[in-house]
Amino acid sequence: MIDQLALLMGGFAAALTPYNLLFVLIGAVLGTAVGVLPGLGSSMAVALLLPITFALDPTAAFIMFAGVYFGGLFGDSTAAILLNTPGQSSAIASTFEGHRMARHGRAAVALATAAIGAFIGGLISTTVVVFFSPFLVTMATSFGPAEYFALAVFAFLAISSVVSESMTRGLAALMLGVALALVGIDGPSGTERFSFGIPELFDGFDIVVVTVGLLALGEVLHVASRIHRDPESLKIDPGGVARISRADFRKALPAWLRGAAFGTPFGMIPAGGAEVPTFLAYGTEKRLADRQDDPEFGRTGSIKGLAAPEAAANATAGTALGTLLALGLPTSATAAILLAAFQQYGMQPGPLLFQRSGDLVWTLLASLFIGLIALLALNIFLAPIWARLLYIPQHYLYAGITILAMLGVYAISSSYFDLYVLIALGAFGYLMRRFGMPMAPLLIGVILGPLAETELRRALAVSEGDPSILVSSPITIIVYIVLAGIVILSAVQHVRHRRADRRAAAVAG
Amino acid sequence: MRRRTLLYGGFTAVVAGTTAAALANGASTAGGSEARSTLTLIAPAATGGGWDGFARESQQVLREESIVNNVQVVNIPGAGGTIGLSQFIRSPGNPSSLLVTGGVMVGAIALGEGEATFDDVVPIARLADDYAAIVVPADSELETLDDLLEAWTDDPGGTSISGGSLGSIDHLLSGRLAQVIGIDPEDLNYVAYSGGGEALNSLLSHTTTIGVSGYNEVADQVEAGTLRAIAISAEERLPGVDVPTFVELGTDVAMSNWRGVVAAPGITDEVRDQFVDIVTEMRDSDAWAETLQRNDWTDSFLTGDEFADYIRDEAEQAAEIVEDLGL
Repeated sequence: MIDQLALLMGGFAAALTPYNLLFVLIGAVLGTAVGVLPGLGSSMAVALLLPITFALDPTAAFIMFAGVYFGGLFGDSTAAILLNTPGQSSAIASTFEGHRMARHGRAAVALATAAIGAFIGGLISTTVVVFFSPFLVTMATSFGPAEYFALAVFAFLAISSVVSESMTRGLAALMLGVALALVGIDGPSGTERFSFGIPELFDGFDIVVVTVGLLALGEVLHVASRIHRDPESLKIDPGGVARISRADFRKALPAWLRGAAFGTPFGMIPAGGAEVPTFLAYGTEKRLADRQDDPEFGRTGSIKGLAAPEAAANATAGTALGTLLALGLPTSATAAILLAAFQQYGMQPGPLLFQRSGDLVWTLLASLFIGLIALLALNIFLAPIWARLLYIPQHYLYAGITILAMLGVYAISSSYFDLYVLIALGAFGYLMRRFGMPMAPLLIGVILGPLAETELRRALAVSEGDPSILVSSPITIIVYIVLAGIVILSAVQHVRHRRADRRAAAVAG
Repeated sequence: MRRRTLLYGGFTAVVAGTTAAALANGASTAGGSEARSTLTLIAPAATGGGWDGFARESQQVLREESIVNNVQVVNIPGAGGTIGLSQFIRSPGNPSSLLVTGGVMVGAIALGEGEATFDDVVPIARLADDYAAIVVPADSELETLDDLLEAWTDDPGGTSISGGSLGSIDHLLSGRLAQVIGIDPEDLNYVAYSGGGEALNSLLSHTTTIGVSGYNEVADQVEAGTLRAIAISAEERLPGVDVPTFVELGTDVAMSNWRGVVAAPGITDEVRDQFVDIVTEMRDSDAWAETLQRNDWTDSFLTGDEFADYIRDEAEQAAEIVEDLGL
């Protein structure tokens, strides 16, 4: 412990120079900027920066990358909260309560909550990386397809609470999501599914196109359709106060910590992605809110429902970087480019990293902390300024969103086809809103469906069709036991609630 | 009033910023200009993908050595690079764009993804190779290639192999090995992962018995002693790599994951010669030597007709393997 602390301090000493701080600022601004814009992600920013960094010394480059890496996750919630348009898929879960808060005059508070959440998540997970990186390796390598599948099943059921308003609509939306995710070439067999021979569909729908289409464009069309009917209900009150009150902070703190607790372990798992823990965190907050009869959740926007997924997303990113360093496994596109960047400086992430280039690693880890602090300061400062975006009259604002959505999607792969898909999905999103279909289950289906399918098939391929592989390891058994416990608990609770309701009804009658 | 102006200004700036970014990303062909002044490298993969890295490394060298004034990289990802290929051939005669390509695209075309093939483009040069290796976890009982091939022949279904996506060199190499040692390739229990990293993890978690992966991706694990490399797919033993080749061990299999560039169909001979000159100049530079070394790529420079023949052979072999695999 003490050793690590001393090494980390050495890292700080190397990283904290005025020259380096300039680069952390550049990285933070750039990272936040690409995070805000849908379609442009941290991976794009790192790729564009890569040539520039050839001319820099390693410390300056790392510190800039640290800003970009976490910056994307700080920025992605901004448009999610203000415009219902997540900048990256890791901010999808933040749109639900975050945008509600913004609509009810708490935009600046929501932005600040998201920034603090991202900071706490990043801080906790980076600390975990500093002290427990050998453990990360063990954790990462104990996950096979059976374990992934168990996790996916767990996630499906654990988040089922978000479908609870109307079971039929929720399940229908979930299935629509799974159906959307089935399009494209099937990985294990190479068979085309629902692609109608269109080459652009071979890789399926890009998650950014799906979220921007359904959430942003769908919202724009919805607003446009209501503009003469009930203009009042569409008004957004920007609300000037950016300060998080003590009461808000006290409410959000446990949610931030819960979110970080979800995200931290998920980052260690190589193929998890940041979406699953954000949804799990959101689902947990919703369950807790139901139990406590929280009047804000799902109506005026709950600070907890935003705080948890934000912390979860950044916590995942922190430990994911740890896995990259300790195992040399790039777990995302951004990580893959970072890997290339590290190699420029003769630093080869993997089992030998700490022996071979210890100095650089500790500088990098220190840079991550510095980056997080810079990002927190930047985003808290920016929160009230961003919130003013909502002062723009609606017709301009939504026209702007449309342009941003189109440009962002076009930027992914410079393809017109994606734009047609975007428009079609936007129309679909409008219909879903019109008929009161919930969005969250659909997006969960899009993300979890393929994960569950692929892992199940991999597990069965390896076992040559023997299903017992699914419960063949301690991890899988534990996951299923916990799952069974949750199901039984909520069933008992459900029955109790019903009885109480009936009794109340009887008394009232 | 002032506040409003500020706001509009901010918003406009954001929109303008995105526009610029999208345009920079989307601008593909400048048209008319000579490749020496402006060159577009099309990476048919997403940022972070293998071809993207190759394109950006090339961009860096071309700039640094002032071989080309202005080089840009455009990403057109999808379907093993075939989306990029089919878009690329839509601008015939383009004198200022090169498409980055390689072994993965050969596999994707063989799998029938997209309609365009290498016959539709003008081969310019092959620039670098790297090789795949067969690896097992360090505690595996399979010590040598003979052990491995024996265990595999005894129980093809129970010997699961993890590697990159279908059509990748990992997959084709597995199929080719099966052909050579007489296993029905259709019995191959190949578990496809989307990237080398994930495939590697499946091996470390003892999900699969054997892993096939780019040697560079596993080299550190081998050195650290968590994995054991059984054989590598190079023709000859690589300098500084203490892993035998298949050929050395008596199994006649060699395959490389090559990377190169091709030009649009219908270009004039002058334009073609110009392209060849540019890449030759790049390849001969010190910066490129350094790039090769840093990425552990083997220099396999080949241009013109020889390169065209090479691609044709590769495509035939890939088509044959894919057919045998029953895909």
